[in-house]
Amino acid sequence: MTLTQQKKLKTVLIGSLAWIIALVLFFPIFWMFLTSFKTEAQAIAFPPELFFKPTLENFAIVQERSDYLYHAMNSVVISFGATIIALIIAIPAAYSMAFFPGKRTKDILLWMLSTKMLPSVGVLVPIYLLGRDYGLLDTRTGLIIIFTLMNLPIIVWMLFSYFKDLPKEILEAARMDGATPWTEVTKVVMPLSVGGIISTGLLSIILCWNEAFWSINLTATNAAPLTAMIASYSSPEGLFWAKLSAASTLACAPIIIFGWFCQKQLVQGLTFGAVK
Amino acid sequence: MKRTITRLLMAPSVIVLLLWMIIPLSMTIYFSTIHYNLLYPGSTRFVGWLNYDFFITDPAFLTAIGNTTLLVGSVLIITVVLGVALSALIDKPFFGRGIVRVLLISPFFVMPTVNALVWKNMMMNPVYGIFAWIWQSLGLTPIDWLSTYPLFSIIVMVSWQWLPFAILVFVTALQSQDHEQKEAAQMDGATSWHIFRYLTIPHLSRPITVVVMIEAIFLLSVFAQIYVSTNGGPGYSSTNLAYMIYNQALLQFNVGTASAGGLIAVVLANIVAFFLIRAVGKNLTV
Amino acid sequence: MSYLTINRLQKHYDNYHALRGINLSIEEGEFIVFVGPSGCGKSTLLRTIAGLETSSSGKINLDGQEISELAPAKRDLAMVFQSYALYPHMTVKENLSFALRLAKAPQTEIDEKVRIASTSLQLDTLLERKPKELSGGQRQRVAIGRAIVRQPKVFLFDEPLSNLDAALRVQMRLELARLHKQLGTTMIYVTHDQVEAMTLADRVVILNAGQIEQVGTPLELYRQPKSRFVAEFIGTPKMNLIPIDQIDNQGDRLALSVGGGKTSFPVSRLQEDINTNSTLGIRPEHLALVDSDGDLSGHVELIEHLGSEAYAHVRLSNQQRIIVKAAARSRIKDEQQVHINIDTDEIILLNDSDRVISMIAEETVYD
Repeated sequence: MTLTQQKKLKTVLIGSLAWIIALVLFFPIFWMFLTSFKTEAQAIAFPPELFFKPTLENFAIVQERSDYLYHAMNSVVISFGATIIALIIAIPAAYSMAFFPGKRTKDILLWMLSTKMLPSVGVLVPIYLLGRDYGLLDTRTGLIIIFTLMNLPIIVWMLFSYFKDLPKEILEAARMDGATPWTEVTKVVMPLSVGGIISTGLLSIILCWNEAFWSINLTATNAAPLTAMIASYSSPEGLFWAKLSAASTLACAPIIIFGWFCQKQLVQGLTFGAVK
Repeated sequence: MKRTITRLLMAPSVIVLLLWMIIPLSMTIYFSTIHYNLLYPGSTRFVGWLNYDFFITDPAFLTAIGNTTLLVGSVLIITVVLGVALSALIDKPFFGRGIVRVLLISPFFVMPTVNALVWKNMMMNPVYGIFAWIWQSLGLTPIDWLSTYPLFSIIVMVSWQWLPFAILVFVTALQSQDHEQKEAAQMDGATSWHIFRYLTIPHLSRPITVVVMIEAIFLLSVFAQIYVSTNGGPGYSSTNLAYMIYNQALLQFNVGTASAGGLIAVVLANIVAFFLIRAVGKNLTV
Repeated sequence: MSYLTINRLQKHYDNYHALRGINLSIEEGEFIVFVGPSGCGKSTLLRTIAGLETSSSGKINLDGQEISELAPAKRDLAMVFQSYALYPHMTVKENLSFALRLAKAPQTEIDEKVRIASTSLQLDTLLERKPKELSGGQRQRVAIGRAIVRQPKVFLFDEPLSNLDAALRVQMRLELARLHKQLGTTMIYVTHDQVEAMTLADRVVILNAGQIEQVGTPLELYRQPKSRFVAEFIGTPKMNLIPIDQIDNQGDRLALSVGGGKTSFPVSRLQEDINTNSTLGIRPEHLALVDSDGDLSGHVELIEHLGSEAYAHVRLSNQQRIIVKAAARSRIKDEQQVHINIDTDEIILLNDSDRVISMIAEETVYD
């Protein structure tokens, strides 16, 4: 065998192996998606059925039984609400730390990160009681507040690294051109970091959308986002797999697609820029 | 003047995070020293270390600590080892690499509750699940995974969720590996294995640290999978610390003991966090 | 008083003394080049004049006005950055007009100025493009254009050509020279490339370790360096420095034993005494290869042909290595024995503290 043939064979072997592993790991998601188009009888058919006549009935039933759209709306409002508020609070902080760093800047950043390390379960009781006393249990407002605080450190950190990466000379050029701090931010910094701000927002939305601990513990029916709604399917009547799959597919699909678009930002955000 | 403005810009973030940290934490500390049960609201007397004593001597405590360690440890090993292997596998171009990557990372975006439900029902169900079918096809007796190996089942679910994260990080890190260095090694007669062992693994040492630390923080408080699939059972066999505290607080309404447990969790997390912060801080240039 | 005066300027960083008392006067319309090795403080000095760095002490006066405490935009200066620092989200036109729009200039005036600048820089067909659609040379011209439209009192250039490839660099250098002639505005230019410094400057400022080493026209620096640093810094290949072994005063002439050979010149040229701790400096182009009876002799270790000329790396009989410029088609081979003549009119003598000893040119003496 020539060297070229050997190389080709190696690529084919590696490629096939990678494909097999990827398909195995993706299988649960694929199966969930498939099952959501089956009838309940097909869903528990044994051996499992791969080919069948698809039905959309499950999606209608899920909507009717658990009011999917209402909970989806909760997820949207809470994720977007918390993300927007967090961005509004975080942008000025990240800006000032990136462009006017002081001796304490690094300490402040690390301290912010350390609040992220506080396990939620350690403060569950006080938050629950505070929520109860201020009438925030099972409200969208309550979860928005919690999610804002939960993601604020990551958001500040991500924005900080984006701002930090802006070429310093461009800002100096703006200063030479007579930009005031305000015009510098609005006409130069913001337009240049739109991409960064958007991907930070996307990451925050994903984290909020999939958050389960607080959603389950602080909401009942009114403000329950999709994570909490799905959890209710763990009860015995949730053994209707086709409907369960339909609900799950509806809950996950938007965010999986979302996630595909911002893989790279996710790494930078979650590893706090330590891996590029 | 400039100082004042920069401080003013940082103030909102710093203040809300400070409140978020101090208020609940000090309440937890306070609650952990009193007798406080939501079912008996009247009596809140000071009991000192009694709650801690009660929580620690609870037979579930040692099991929960053991389960937590086992869960965190196994998932870390599984995700790091498989993560490095898989990311190295898809480092070189082959047909459809982009799609393979998307497939591999997708489980990370599945919400934990859905994750648990899909595995519990459609994969691991002893009668209708995919595993049962595979076992039967092989002529074996299907296993009731969740009641026979509850902790193992949880480990599988959690690893399935976090392996993509490891792959994502390692793939990104591998892209920054020096190409010429690898070519130089090839000229020196190194095999693919040598290159992987002596160049790639050392190159990944920092990303591995980062993955271990970040996963550790999230894995210490795994909750949704347990809540949805096993409810910590059978018995306490799949109860971790987070679930045990939840159990005390919201199922038994025992705020005092739950708070004591919460503080223990905080202390444990801080031990881990201490190393993470140091690792990240070292790599941070302000 | 000069147009731009810098007085006892100091700049301290936390644990680094970047500028150690800079005094400099610049006349209106001059083209001044700051040159020096990296870390010498040339960029810091430029940025301090621009107001991007604040000085620790000292004063800067421009056109009769003290500007050291003014904001960068208020100083009436324009700067061209090394990375060009174009605004990537704006078109060429918007880049050119940004400063004028910030200053709320009337639209007709903006249009007129942008038109003039873009015509003279051949940017008129590119006005609607974004910087990323431009080539390196075009970006460079936009950066210059952005400075021109503001009609500043002084242009500041921070290594503007260092990101261009060699051919383009030569072309842009000529364009800058043309621009200076056309506008007549004062320009201050920072570079580490001595060719740029020699070709562009009216006067060159050589900086070393945060201090001005010497100021002068390019030719002054080449012919009359004041210190060993300047002597070695200006000129490629570097000036040869040969220790003086023995001094023999022969009445009206002074004979020096150097590099295993001898050279001599009239004593009357010397302005101060020399001793055996002194060093003789002579540029490769002021040495000549001769067939026999040279001042020095040695063997060729390596000969480098550059096409238009050649440089012979010679090891002298006392083992010292020197470089000698040779004719382009020189037949000299490696390892060949050679003789070298010194053009005594061009020698430089350094005293033991590395200052150059003043000498009167030979022709003056014979007159």
